[in-house]
Amino acid sequence: MMMRSLLIVLLLFASSHASARIAAYEFDNAEQESVYNELVDELRCLVCQNQTIADSNAELAQDMKRKTHELVMQGKTKKEISDFMVQRYGNFVQYKPPVDPTTYLLWAGPFIILFIGLFFLIKIIRNRKVEKPAVLSDDDKSRAADLLNTKTK
Amino acid sequence: MNKAAIPLILFLLMAGLFLFVLQKINTGEYDPRDVPSELIDQKVPEFDLVNLLDANDTVKSSDYLGKPWLLNVWGTWCAQCWKEHPYLMFLARQGVPIVGINWRDDMAEARSMLNTEGNPFVETGFDPQSDAVMELGVYGAPETFLIDAQGMIKVKHKGEMTPRVWEEKFKPFF
Repeated sequence: MMMRSLLIVLLLFASSHASARIAAYEFDNAEQESVYNELVDELRCLVCQNQTIADSNAELAQDMKRKTHELVMQGKTKKEISDFMVQRYGNFVQYKPPVDPTTYLLWAGPFIILFIGLFFLIKIIRNRKVEKPAVLSDDDKSRAADLLNTKTK
Repeated sequence: MNKAAIPLILFLLMAGLFLFVLQKINTGEYDPRDVPSELIDQKVPEFDLVNLLDANDTVKSSDYLGKPWLLNVWGTWCAQCWKEHPYLMFLARQGVPIVGINWRDDMAEARSMLNTEGNPFVETGFDPQSDAVMELGVYGAPETFLIDAQGMIKVKHKGEMTPRVWEEKFKPFF
């Protein structure tokens, strides 16, 4: 048992080592590295589409990562590099699309759907019939008491 | 109206919509993987690649100013590139200048394809690391650009070059 858990822990280290090796780019300073890491998490892999280039190991994604690294090392800012990609591949390459007239619906859509849902929810709640609490008159109460007493006798 | 019919009607509407979109995909009118072209009416990006057939020579986009030319991105790994190859040969024989970019390929295999199938390209740049390909915003092969005499990209076609595509999109420029 002890050996087995030790093995699992060792294997975990092995896998983290492997993934570290894939992204083996070197940077002059921590700032460059963080710009690079932010970018590869925001750029879309165009051949796989639902992955960022950080997630993807597709050949084009590898080349885009290499290009991103190259531009970072040239001292380009995050904005400049993301503009570089957008200029060539369009807004689609960004996972976070800009807010402009073509994307208003995209940004507002979820809230519109939320409000439609709230509207119907409130409507349904209001229409729900309120159950009246049973009100007993004094007559009814004494009759009920009589009935109960006769039963227990 | 019977309330029970509402889910059925919703289902039929959805099914109708899916069928409509599927048909558009099948006829090629709509491609969900399509990304709008960004480079139309812009200057062709500068690239400078090693010549596939001559390691001492380079292929530059600036070498072709002055007349319209085609730029074709291909690779031996790409089935549609093999399919369109005979038609590119035909166009080359008609005197259409085609510059090739050999993308992420094995140099020996690419050379042997041009040897056995014929070489429709005036020159072919060797691009194993997507340098020119990224400049051109290409993410799949084959892809063909038309660049006019002023060096502006006028047409970008993704996928196989066929007689129909040529007639519709490219021929008016020649």
